[in-house]
Amino acid sequence: MASPVSSVPAEEAIEAAVEKPVERGEPILQVRDLEKHFPLTQGILIKKQVGAVKAVDGVSFDLYQGETLGIVGESGCGKSTLAKVLMNLERATAGQVLYKGEDISRASGRALKAIRRNIQMVFQDPYTSLNPRMTVGDIIGEPFEIHPEVAPKGDRRKAVQDLLDVVGLNPEYINRYPHQFSGGQRQRIGIARGLALKPEVIIADEPVSALDVSVQAQVINLLEQLQDEFNLSYMFIAHDLSIVRHISDRVGVMYLGKMVEIGSDEEIYEHPTHPYTQALLSAVPVPDPSGREGRERILLSGDIPSPANPPSGCRFRTRCWKAQEKCSIDVPLLAVPEVFRGQSTPAAHASACHFAEDVDVVGAG
Amino acid sequence: MPDQQPNKPAGVPEDSSTELSSAFPETPTLGAMGAQPLLEKEDLSHTPPQSAEAVSVVDREVARSLWQDAWRELRRNPVFLISGVLIVFLVLVAIWPGLFTSTSPLTCDLSKSQLGPTSGHPFGFDTQGCDVYARTIHGARASITVGVFATAGSALLGTLMGGLAGFFGGWIDAIISRIADIFFGIPILLGGLVFLSVIPSQSIWVVVGFIVVLGWPQIARIARGAVITAKQQDYVTAAQALGASNSRMLLRHIMPNALAPIIVVSTIALGTYISLEATLSYLGVGLKPPTVSWGIDISAAADTFRNAPHMLLFPAGALCITILAFIMLGDAVRDALDPKLR
Repeated sequence: MASPVSSVPAEEAIEAAVEKPVERGEPILQVRDLEKHFPLTQGILIKKQVGAVKAVDGVSFDLYQGETLGIVGESGCGKSTLAKVLMNLERATAGQVLYKGEDISRASGRALKAIRRNIQMVFQDPYTSLNPRMTVGDIIGEPFEIHPEVAPKGDRRKAVQDLLDVVGLNPEYINRYPHQFSGGQRQRIGIARGLALKPEVIIADEPVSALDVSVQAQVINLLEQLQDEFNLSYMFIAHDLSIVRHISDRVGVMYLGKMVEIGSDEEIYEHPTHPYTQALLSAVPVPDPSGREGRERILLSGDIPSPANPPSGCRFRTRCWKAQEKCSIDVPLLAVPEVFRGQSTPAAHASACHFAEDVDVVGAG
Repeated sequence: MPDQQPNKPAGVPEDSSTELSSAFPETPTLGAMGAQPLLEKEDLSHTPPQSAEAVSVVDREVARSLWQDAWRELRRNPVFLISGVLIVFLVLVAIWPGLFTSTSPLTCDLSKSQLGPTSGHPFGFDTQGCDVYARTIHGARASITVGVFATAGSALLGTLMGGLAGFFGGWIDAIISRIADIFFGIPILLGGLVFLSVIPSQSIWVVVGFIVVLGWPQIARIARGAVITAKQQDYVTAAQALGASNSRMLLRHIMPNALAPIIVVSTIALGTYISLEATLSYLGVGLKPPTVSWGIDISAAADTFRNAPHMLLFPAGALCITILAFIMLGDAVRDALDPKLR
């Protein structure tokens, strides 16, 4: 597909597509069978590939314009790698990332630069994501230096001050250095940098997990307010299920490089059908003591298997209490389970389990 | 008072709580003696009149980068001040030796051979009857020139090679690192004896070039490590996500953050390069007469040390002070640039 001959027209097609407007509710980013394998090599002089860490292994989902898609899963399940591949910071091993219908997973040169204007990222750790040697003005102004067409030279200082104002920081802080700010303020600076190019999609990789709980709420509210103001689409990666529920329209659950369940936040949180999602949700702390007594915690045994050597069939079967012979042979597909097919219950959403059943584990319903 | 009793740990006399609370406001004066001025300053900025709070906040948050912090630290460091004054003096001597002596180091009077210090000639005369004071003053130029240019050269080359190796990694890293290892493996004195004895010209630049060729791997290793550390920071990924070019990432984001260790190692290396020049000149493969150099003079004086120790002691003392000054400067800079030591 990406043969050298067709690469030039593809580049132009991407550049043309970037300018295309997308209606609200239409898919803006479509991920198809995305794979990212990190090779494991052996040998000093002659490197021989002896295997691969399958960090992301066949993930498909859509991100619709104007929505927030939450991605949850435990550490090491491939969430951050997924974000990096979508950002083209890591090259996909296989699969496609369609942005407005054009595959961007192999883009380079001008096309890649055009995509970068429209898909931006907010990083996890506000203490390492800002260059300590640059002033806030330089950090937020850097996108304009890289993409001079966005803001003419004379207007940049004003543009930076406007961005500071938008994220709730005093525009006079423009000459300060990152270490003079608190964690929450730093994350606001990171968000301002992400917004500078007026992107359409923002991929937020655990944007609040390094912050204090009180500050988390402020940053989440800021993100929601900016979404309304600038008509943004978010992909929000987190492992805090409560925050994801608060901010997301739809939620995807990942386990060991695969998407195991995806649906609206109500479908996932109140009618989870995949055992892993149920286990994950049962671990969410419940503030109400009486509700806490009635519910049952699902305790998973064992560790997450190595992504270099995942189990056959269903990846979750080694820790699943429902696992049967079938699970080790057939890979369950991410689709509406057969038992719910054709029904109009909220449980009828995509779930990669042979034995899906609707269990309300949170006890909120 | 009695209702506080249950809160106190057993065995504490009742008076102690009142004693403690009365002592509390004086805590700053109880602090370590060295930290006292600092604490007082902090105290002033922390307790402004309520109405002036906004002003004090602005005062305390004056923009400070790592370099500014380092400079503040250095200004208070006596080691830096002493070495700084010495270095300024040495540089003056190197640039304008005529300011310090009007005697030429090359006009010698054999009749005064090996005479001790006399009035007008405070350091005495050497075997050729040349004024040792004039030769010591004029010898500074060779040492400082070699030290400064060899350091600049090896720092530039080392930073470039180490930076490229660390940034690109892979086979570029493998090739540069192995080349650096080869040069690193050459014993510097043996290399000097071999290389410099086959090169007929003995100008100062040959010696500078030789030190650069053998000195860059040390800087390159430091630079490579620093660049690899900086490269993995999120802000570099963020710049990449914005579409920054490799040169922008390297020059704006990685290099400024990798520079501190390179500067430290270079400053310390400067002292060792000066001693290396003297060593090579002593061995007869570095600078050659009529160039005036401490190493040459030390070499010439070594044979007659028992008869005329002044011939050896004055150039050797000058050399020691110079090397010490630069190494002390390197130490002070390292302390100032390493936030972990603060």
